Amino acid sequence: MSAKHTHVCDVLVIGAGLAAERSAIECAEAGLNVIILSLVPPRRSHSTAAQGGMQASLGNAAMAMGDNPQIHFEDTVKGSDWGCDQEVAKMFTETVPIMIRQLDFWGVPWNRVVAGKKKLPSGLEVEDLKEKEGLITARDFGGVAKWRCCYTSDGTGHTVQFVVDTVVCKLNIPVHDRMEAIALIHDGTTCFGAVARCLRTGSLNVYLAKSTIIATGGAGRIYAASTNAIINEGTGAAIALNTGVVPLGNMEAVQFHPTGMPPVYILMTEGARGDGGYLLDKNLHRFMPDYEPKKKELASRDVVSRRMIQHIRAGYGVESKYSTQPHLWLDIRHLGRKWVWTNLREIATIAMNFNGLDPAKDLVPVIPTQHYTMGGVRTNKDGFAYGLKGLFAIGEAACWDLHGFNRLGGNSLAETVTAGFLVGMQVAKYTLGATANFDYKLVEEFVKKEEERIKDLISGKNGKENVFEIRAAMQQAMMDHVHIFRTGPSLEQGVAKLQELYRRSLKIGLRSSGQAANPELAAALRMPGMLRVALCVAYGGLMRTESRGSHFREDFPKRDDANWLKRTLAYWKEGADLPTLDYEPVACPYMPPGDRGYGEATAGAKPAAK
Amino acid sequence: MGRQLTFNVFRYNPSIPGDKPRMQEYRLEEYEGMTLFVALNEIREKLDPTLMFDFVCRAAICGSCAMLINGRPRLACKTMTRSLPSRITLMPLPVFKLIGDLSVDTGTWFRNLQMRTESWIHTSKKFDPNALEVRMDNKTAEAIYEPERCIECGCCVATCVTANIREDFLGATGINRVARFIIDPRDERSDAEYFEVVGNEDGAFGCVGLMACDDNCPMEIPLQENLAFVRRKMAAAGLKLDLKGFKIS
Repeated sequence: MSAKHTHVCDVLVIGAGLAAERSAIECAEAGLNVIILSLVPPRRSHSTAAQGGMQASLGNAAMAMGDNPQIHFEDTVKGSDWGCDQEVAKMFTETVPIMIRQLDFWGVPWNRVVAGKKKLPSGLEVEDLKEKEGLITARDFGGVAKWRCCYTSDGTGHTVQFVVDTVVCKLNIPVHDRMEAIALIHDGTTCFGAVARCLRTGSLNVYLAKSTIIATGGAGRIYAASTNAIINEGTGAAIALNTGVVPLGNMEAVQFHPTGMPPVYILMTEGARGDGGYLLDKNLHRFMPDYEPKKKELASRDVVSRRMIQHIRAGYGVESKYSTQPHLWLDIRHLGRKWVWTNLREIATIAMNFNGLDPAKDLVPVIPTQHYTMGGVRTNKDGFAYGLKGLFAIGEAACWDLHGFNRLGGNSLAETVTAGFLVGMQVAKYTLGATANFDYKLVEEFVKKEEERIKDLISGKNGKENVFEIRAAMQQAMMDHVHIFRTGPSLEQGVAKLQELYRRSLKIGLRSSGQAANPELAAALRMPGMLRVALCVAYGGLMRTESRGSHFREDFPKRDDANWLKRTLAYWKEGADLPTLDYEPVACPYMPPGDRGYGEATAGAKPAAK
Repeated sequence: MGRQLTFNVFRYNPSIPGDKPRMQEYRLEEYEGMTLFVALNEIREKLDPTLMFDFVCRAAICGSCAMLINGRPRLACKTMTRSLPSRITLMPLPVFKLIGDLSVDTGTWFRNLQMRTESWIHTSKKFDPNALEVRMDNKTAEAIYEPERCIECGCCVATCVTANIREDFLGATGINRVARFIIDPRDERSDAEYFEVVGNEDGAFGCVGLMACDDNCPMEIPLQENLAFVRRKMAAAGLKLDLKGFKIS
């Protein structure tokens, strides 16, 4: 065997963000031998960037009274535009309150209810009850009937990841950070682990496991502008897709967050609007009530993002030094300095760091920006990936399908720990009943294949294409053709461009020596996989001739339940330059398709203002 | 036309046989809003694809990209080139093990710190999934959040005289981490137990008081206050232990 090290374990967790670590805890507590491997140390994961909070129907805050999992479930299904798996949404909404309390038990300093009368920025007066004082409080978020977003200031992902990582440390679960899984080892039926490249030394390593969990987060970096961390390149989804037998579900469902801050496109939490912030146009007019009289700035993200672009297209965008394209303003000045610098401190700091703006007195430029990958490795409700035994996926990397075609704010952070717990239990159960039977010849073939890829990239055997140019061109094609508003002809052009780039990506040759943990080699190894993922998004979007949630087709502007109440499954066959699409029905056992109560179907199309 | 910037960058990859530490120069034209994140990526993509450095969030919240920028430990992602002279020297953080060029191994160092200080909630209780959460004053929650904001970037460690000369020193980040658990009512450890962890020269009493940590924390965590808090606690605990006849080495 030419691999530097071979590690054998019961459960291999690829990724070290919240979903990954939470599932690792569940498996380790079942007595299993777990290894976590990750591009970066756990506390640097993109989970730590989650700001606003975690949805759970605790019902403690004044505006949360009467909340329960059923209402949370209904909000989630409406948010998903009836695209989600309702069984999963049920399980999730019933479990998430326990997760919040367990995180509290582990040490998360959730903000608490402070009793007394309060006047909200909207003018509404509410009273937090004495009997609820000291219990976990919540803030408002988009697309919800009750306030249920539990938070620690606007650093919720940070505190939750740090606390979950303390439990990983306590259980002494090994984390191999700076280790990138570059191929799954499988025989077409069962997954046996992964080949990984060390990002410290460049060596190849083998991880053999009875169960492999993909928890690598989203693929935001297939777009030029994304709120995502730069490590979110969809590596986990790509290695699953590369097996040829594991499909990605609903990759065309991409969330654009209303408030990315140009020119760096860092997220300004939805909590800013949840806490009472407004969106203003170039006339400093608060335009959202014109479009969405009921939910205003707090309709679901897909709807708010479309309304913003619609408003900019109508000529109300702001031209400023902050952005090369017209943008809008986020206004939280009226929340007051104390609120801004206590409860929205992280975004205030970001606005100050990157644009020199103090949101307590300045407007902040915002523009809808790629934010979340609803699609991912398709799994059943227990987290088992389609196509390979012993392979699981959770969190943003997965299409467990809690989110359908639009995720509600605060449901993703909540999903990470809830899926980590629920799927983690199922993985433990499966693993305890599984026997290890590794075919070393097969393992060696996979290592050899990766060695060959590396050798060819270094020697330039297949060509001399430049990986950075291809990556930039892909990111631009996704911006130009597969964004918020989509049309058939533009998607077709996008697919053609991506196919051309894909073919070029197979001819990449390094300009450097590729020695040790060479970063050009790392990018080159990822590039074809990233393009396959991008093609699943673009081609899935082209073929879905309806509008649902975040997938909006200007040439098919209506949701079409008669033909499209189904989930896209994208496979990548050996030698292909396009994914093969298949579909499965989306069942609605508890809540038949209906009106969301916000969005284009119910509210005005165009405001009168000029 | 923007300024011509000259980047003088430390280069050395210990994984490449025969590689030697050296400084290498790169030139870029500056433009409006340029950060070191943008500049270093441009260098890698256009001038030198072998250059190693670490960025993850590029929003100054993950702590990956700390390095010495003209001698001072800073987060590269939020450092605007316009705040710097046209000649910019970049070195990796000291104290931490070098991976290559500007990339250092903070992950192993911080994991080791968590293990040594047992930085998790110590409790004899068992989680009851059917029970309500234990009530807590919101002020207490906010007080815990303050030290919990540490992003483990390593700036305080890199700039610390004691950490630079004594390998086992916990650094301001370690003392801050312990403070976070001391003020958390859910952690049942006694002062005597904390004393075991931090009441020695590798912990609260190793600091020689120069407080560069407090000046260089990108999160502006009050490290000096936290150190004083832990020291007071530990001094009191030490006295108590002494009076009870325990031997303190």
